[in-house]
Order: sequence, then structure tokens, then C-alpha cells
Amino acid sequence: MILRHLSPGILVTAAVMVAVAVGAPLIVDQFQLLQLTVFASMCILALSLGVVWGYGGILCFGQSAFFGLGAYTYAVTAVNVGESTLAIALSLVVPAVFAALLGYFMFYGRLSDVYLGVITLSVTLIFFNLTNSTAGDAYRIGRARLNGFNGMPSLPTFNVPGTPGRLLDPTETFYLVMALLLIVYVGLHALLASHFGRVVVAVRENETRCELLGYDVRRHKLLIFTLGGAIAGLAGSLFANWGAFVSPNVFSLTTTSQIIIWVIVGGLGTLVGPIIGCVVMQYLATELGTQQLANTSLIFGIIFLAFVLLVPRGIVPSLAALRARLSAARARPAAQARRAA
Amino acid sequence: MDLAAVLALEILNGIATLVLISVGLAIVFGMMRVINLAHGEFLMLGGYAAIVATNHGVNIWIAMLVVSPIVVGIIGVVAERLIIRVLYGRMIDTLLATWGLSLFFIGLVTTIFGNTVAGIGAPLGGIAVGRYSISLYRLLLVGIAAAILLALYAVLRTTRLGLLARGTMENPNMAAALGVSPPRVYAATFGVGAALTGLAGGLLAPISGVLPTVGAAYVAKAFITVISGGTAIMAGTASAALLFGTVNQLLTYLTTPVIGEAGLLAAAILLLRVLPHGITGKLFRGSL
Amino acid sequence: MTDPILQTIALSIRFGGVEAVRGVNLRLAERELRCLIGPNGAGKSTLFKLLTGQLQPTSGRILFHGEDIAGDHTHAIARRGIGIKTQVPNLFDGLTVREHLWLAARRTNARVRADAITDEILERVGLRQEAGGVVGRLSHGLRQWVELGTVLAGNPELILLDEPAAGMTHDEVARTAELIREINRTHALIVVEHDMQFVRMIARTVTVMHQGAVLVEDTMDRILKNRAVRDIYLGKHGGA
Repeated sequence: MILRHLSPGILVTAAVMVAVAVGAPLIVDQFQLLQLTVFASMCILALSLGVVWGYGGILCFGQSAFFGLGAYTYAVTAVNVGESTLAIALSLVVPAVFAALLGYFMFYGRLSDVYLGVITLSVTLIFFNLTNSTAGDAYRIGRARLNGFNGMPSLPTFNVPGTPGRLLDPTETFYLVMALLLIVYVGLHALLASHFGRVVVAVRENETRCELLGYDVRRHKLLIFTLGGAIAGLAGSLFANWGAFVSPNVFSLTTTSQIIIWVIVGGLGTLVGPIIGCVVMQYLATELGTQQLANTSLIFGIIFLAFVLLVPRGIVPSLAALRARLSAARARPAAQARRAA
Repeated sequence: MDLAAVLALEILNGIATLVLISVGLAIVFGMMRVINLAHGEFLMLGGYAAIVATNHGVNIWIAMLVVSPIVVGIIGVVAERLIIRVLYGRMIDTLLATWGLSLFFIGLVTTIFGNTVAGIGAPLGGIAVGRYSISLYRLLLVGIAAAILLALYAVLRTTRLGLLARGTMENPNMAAALGVSPPRVYAATFGVGAALTGLAGGLLAPISGVLPTVGAAYVAKAFITVISGGTAIMAGTASAALLFGTVNQLLTYLTTPVIGEAGLLAAAILLLRVLPHGITGKLFRGSL
Repeated sequence: MTDPILQTIALSIRFGGVEAVRGVNLRLAERELRCLIGPNGAGKSTLFKLLTGQLQPTSGRILFHGEDIAGDHTHAIARRGIGIKTQVPNLFDGLTVREHLWLAARRTNARVRADAITDEILERVGLRQEAGGVVGRLSHGLRQWVELGTVLAGNPELILLDEPAAGMTHDEVARTAELIREINRTHALIVVEHDMQFVRMIARTVTVMHQGAVLVEDTMDRILKNRAVRDIYLGKHGGA
């Protein structure tokens, strides 16, 4: 029933994900598999901003706040409980609750655009400062020492639910992350095709008209924002698991800029766009990180500028527009021929 | 008693710092409605300009008060012509482009100067107040911040330049019809805003030292101050800085600097909830 | 008149020293069509905004089915069953015509019923051809009709229209008049308009406003012959 709404593009993307999930462990080596795992985790993070900004029209410049909250929540819970299931669950709940509170203040206060961007940016920077200053034994939650700028090392990684001794190996973790990516991707599309999702998009198009139709605009924004926070939090736990490590950098300006770059480069207004943008930029970052030629910020800055000035709509929409123009151009001679005949 | 004096000075200092880092942004955002996310980097560049000049033998005062504003002012004009002007009216694209600019500057400075903190000592030394010693330099900064606000008021209110600028912002077509070139006014305004920001960066360099990433600490506070201040450039910046500076410093004194920062943000969110158009959007409407 | 569907009692709003709407008493019966006219500055748009919740009155009441809605939030007013078409069209430029109607219908109906209503309205407003078109790319006249259809699809009891014929060609104006007459068979309407030709096509009872107050309320024929009305339109001072 919902499948009716899923366009061919979505099915193709889902199929590619399944293919990668199944095929990759057979083809690439363990190191590359770990790379793919973190790429996929970041894709989930990209999706969270992709839906909140691209579809909800909410300019959240601090998406890393929820990502970081999720990562730290996982870390603290896993260290205290010793088992990962609750930790993963909380890594969704805690950022969601925080997003709901923040969202309540912002949307019910009728703040918009600029203000949202600045406030969300400030939130993540404050978290950055807060976590950075938590070095020392005094700063602990239960058994977990926060360690300030040093970060929390040797985190318990994912285990099979119920059996703390049985940890997931890299291949199983990869399967899990790819499965989650697929679920989030398809799930978001299903949500966007639902009544709720369509109202969210309508809110982005024209808030006044939405209100005139009797919809509560603030509530819709709050809900989609909260969902985005939860998904970002999930990505946070996946990230923490990947490196068995978490540090205040999850809240940094760099991290939050990266998420935005993924969405811009890939294309605002689609879900596959942020995924592509994320993979491309992550790959670039990894390659660039290994070379000493130029500073990463410098290069990202140039890419940012280039995209905004030259390709403002991002890769996916621009390719789609290009395709449309090409097919229109092909149709023109045919139409002219028909008219001449 | 001396503790009260020191605390009072700390608060004044907090307010002055907010004024310094925000006034350039207030001009750019308040008059041109341009969101310059590279604002923090303009501050950073001002700081580096002062330090490099000083390290090359330039007198520290000239470095801070002359070199910094000129260097950053020029950078601002160039940025305006190449980037901002192209995207005028496209708010989100401007946001993103200036974000890219900010990353670019961070990367550039890191490449040239490396990642470590560069510093120059604060001039003027300190004087004793009871058991405490306060920095004369910080006292001077309070004076400079006040002077800048007054000078701005004077220029905008009484000079032809100020009138021209205000008129162009309100109605560029009308201004053009009167023979004023709006692109020139925009470039000049953005340049002045950048120069003031560079000046602030230079002045703050002795206090905080400069890292390529020091801008991040400032940009959020500057924006919060400007937005909460509202539409009037001066009255807005002054009143918002007053409110937040006090909250920030008091909380810092009572707890920790991080709580102080969080308090500033919380105060801003509450203020915007109550006065969505900022302080001067409701009160002091029509003032400068 | 049996219980009016809408009633304003001594409705006023003051902006600083100016009273833009002065003590307006309006009564609208079920399925009545009322045109609201008057020269520029008469207070028509302000009165409209008071009814739609975009402005809060300084004094007076607005009763919808006997309940005071003055000062309510716009979306609360919409939820009560009042459909609103604003002067500047408020539409979802990136969405299709069908999507507009569907969203309006879906709020109070299940999916299947909403689909049915969408098709009904597409037919009724004559937008079947354009159903898949993206509204941002449609002509102005079509956009006005899309907004009209969107309002209808929510099945409101009372419909408030602010200049529904603005910017339309002569043929489009005639079609709009026909539409409104047809809608009036099942809904009450208040239409604020400037275009006298259009008003003549649809009017029954007309309320003429001048300087914030109601000057006269009568049928279109008698309004046209009314000297005071002619004076205010031609610039001479008429009335008190």
C-alpha cells in the first residue's frame, strides 16, 4: 500500500544499499569494510539533517548537538551497564527529548530561519565547550568518567542483545549499520508519503496556508525536528561503537559544518542526495586526510563556496534538472518534425 | 568592597567585549540584513594582523588600532564584491557561502601560521584595587567600546555619510534615483563593518591569544547579541550586550565560565521567546 | 433573521490615533452571500483580517454560531469551519493542484474520502486538466481558482474571500462569478471586492464601508442608485 508511493528512484537506491550490504564483505578487505561502516553511519546522520532541513525547511545548524548527545549517551550508558542494547536505545531517546525541549522553545516561540540557525549552532558549540571542560575525576556519570578534551576511550562495543560477552564482529556490525541505513531511508520516505509527512512539506512551502487549512504548524515542526534528533542520536551511537571512542569533537563546528556540506553537495530536498553527498565528501576527506598538500578546512571551504556559487542546488537535483533538459531537447526536434510533416 | 569593584569591572568588561565583537556584525546584519558566518574569522584575522604586525616591529597600538581594521576592512570589501554581492537577497545561500568563507580562512591561516596559539602580551599592566589587581588594558577596552558606540551614533545621525547609508538600506531604488550608487554604499558598509570587527579582533588579541579557530567562540555570541538587540544598530547592540554581559559574567563568577556561556544562550532564548524581534524591535523603536 | 452564522457586534480596532474599523455590526445568515465594498482605506481589508484572526480587535465581538472568536488564532478559526482566501494568494508553490486539495480535505477526512473529495472539487472548480500541475508555474487566474478549490475542499461552513477576482481576465472573472454563485448554494460567503463589474455579477446584499464604519447595507441595485455611495466613490464627502 505504502509501496505505491515509493518511486522507482527510491527502490533503486534501496536495491543498491542491499547490494552493497551483501556484496561488500565478500569483496573488500577488513580495513575497507570498517571504512564503509563509518561511511554508512554518517549517511544516517546526513539523512537526519536531510529530512529536517530539506523536507521540513528547518535550518538546523547544530545537528551535531544531537549526534554528539547520542554518542555520549551511548558511551556513558555502555560503560555503566556493560551491555549495549540499553545504550543504543537511550542514544535515540536522550537526543530526542532534548530536541523536543529545544524545539518547543524555538517553534512555539515562532522563531524562524536565521534565529533557528544561530540558536542551534550555539547549542552545539556550548555542548562542545561543556564536554571539553569535563576533564578530571570529578566529572563522571556513574562509573563513566567524561574526561574532557581527551575523550572517552575503550568503550564497550555492540554485543548481541542479552549476551554481553558476545560482541559483534566487524562484518556483523557492517550488516547492522547497513540494515539501519536501509530502514531509516525507506522509513523516512514512507513517513514523507504519509499524511503527516505531506503536511510537513506543506509547512515548508507556506506556513500561512497550512494554518489557514487548520493544521498546527508548530506541532508538525516540533515532531519532525524531534525525529531528526533521534536519528542523529542513533548515528552517534554507531559512531561511538565504530571507534570505541567518543570525544567533544562530535559537537564541534567542524562536525556540524560537515553535515551541512553533505546535504548541500548532495542536494537539498531529496533523501538520496545527502547520502551521496556524505559518501563523496567522506571519501574525499579520507583521501585528503592522508595527504599533506593542503589543509582540510581550506579545501572544504573552497568546495562549500564553489557549490553555493556554482551548483546551488547540489548534485542530485542538478543532475535531475540536466536530465530533464536533455530529454526536452531531444523531444524538440521530434516535435518540430511532426509539425513540419 | 574591592571585590565588588572587581566584579563590577568584570561585568563591564564582559559587556564591552560583547559590544566590540558585535558592533561590526550589527552594521552588516542590521543594515544590510546579511548573515556573515565568517564574522568570527574576521575577528580572528584582525587578531593575527595585530600579532604579525607587532612581531615585525610595528608599535602595538598602531598594530591594533590601525593595521587590524585596515587589513580586515580590505578583506571585507573584497569578500563583498566577490561573494556577498552575488548572493544579495538569497539569505540561505549567503549563510552557506560565508560559512564556506569561514572554513576557507581557518584553513588558510592554519596553513600559514600553524595550529598553535600566537600571542602578544597585554600592554599597560595593572593597578591594585585592594587585594586584587585589575588590568588597565581591560579598563581601556571598556572605554574604547563606549567610544565606538558614540562615534557610530554620531556618524549615522549627524553626517551625510550616515544619512546616505541609512537611506540606501531603507530604499536602494530611491537612493539610486538621487544619484547614490547602492553597490558602492553596500561595499562601503560591509567594509566598515569588517573593519570594526578587525579592530575588535586586534584589541582582543592580547587578552585571549589567537588560534585559527578562535572565531567559533565569538561568532555565536556575536550573532546572539545582534539578533537579540533588534533592528536598531546601536541601541540594540548596547542593550543586548548590557543584558547578556551581566548574565554571563555574574554566572561565571558564581559558577564556571561554561555555565556562564550557557546562561547567556538561555537568556537569549528566553528573550527571543518574549520579544521575537529583539529588544529594539519592541522597545526603543525608531532609535538608531 | 434566524440565528446568523456570523455576527459582529460593535467591532472596532484602533491603530494609534486611527480607528480603522468603527463599531461595525454585521449579520450574516446561513448560506448568505455578502459583498463588502468601499473605496480605498474604508477598512474592508482590516475588517477581513479581524474576521480571520490576523488582527485582534480593540473592542467588540465576533460571533460564529454564537461563539466569540475575536482574537482567536488563525488556525483555530480555520478549524471551526471558516475557509479563508487571502488577498495575496497563499499557496504551496512547489506542490501540485491535486496535493493542495488533498491536504485541505485530508485534515478532517480519512484517506479514501479525501481522495474522493479531491476529485469532486477538481471537477467542480474546473481544474481537472491541471490536477498534476505544479501550482507555482500556473497562471494567476488558475492560482486564484486553486486557492478557491483548496478552501472548498476543507468543507467550511463560511467562506471568506479577499479579492477573488483580482488580476483576472474578463472571461476568468465571469467564470469566477459563476463559481461563487454555485458555491453559494451550499455555503455562506463574505466577499471583499474592488471590481464593481464582478460584484454586480454575484451580489445580493452589499455592505458598503466608509472610513471604518458601515455606510449602508442594501441590494446591489439600490446601492448603485444611492447618492451617498456615489459621493464616497467620487471623492465628495458623504455621510457623517
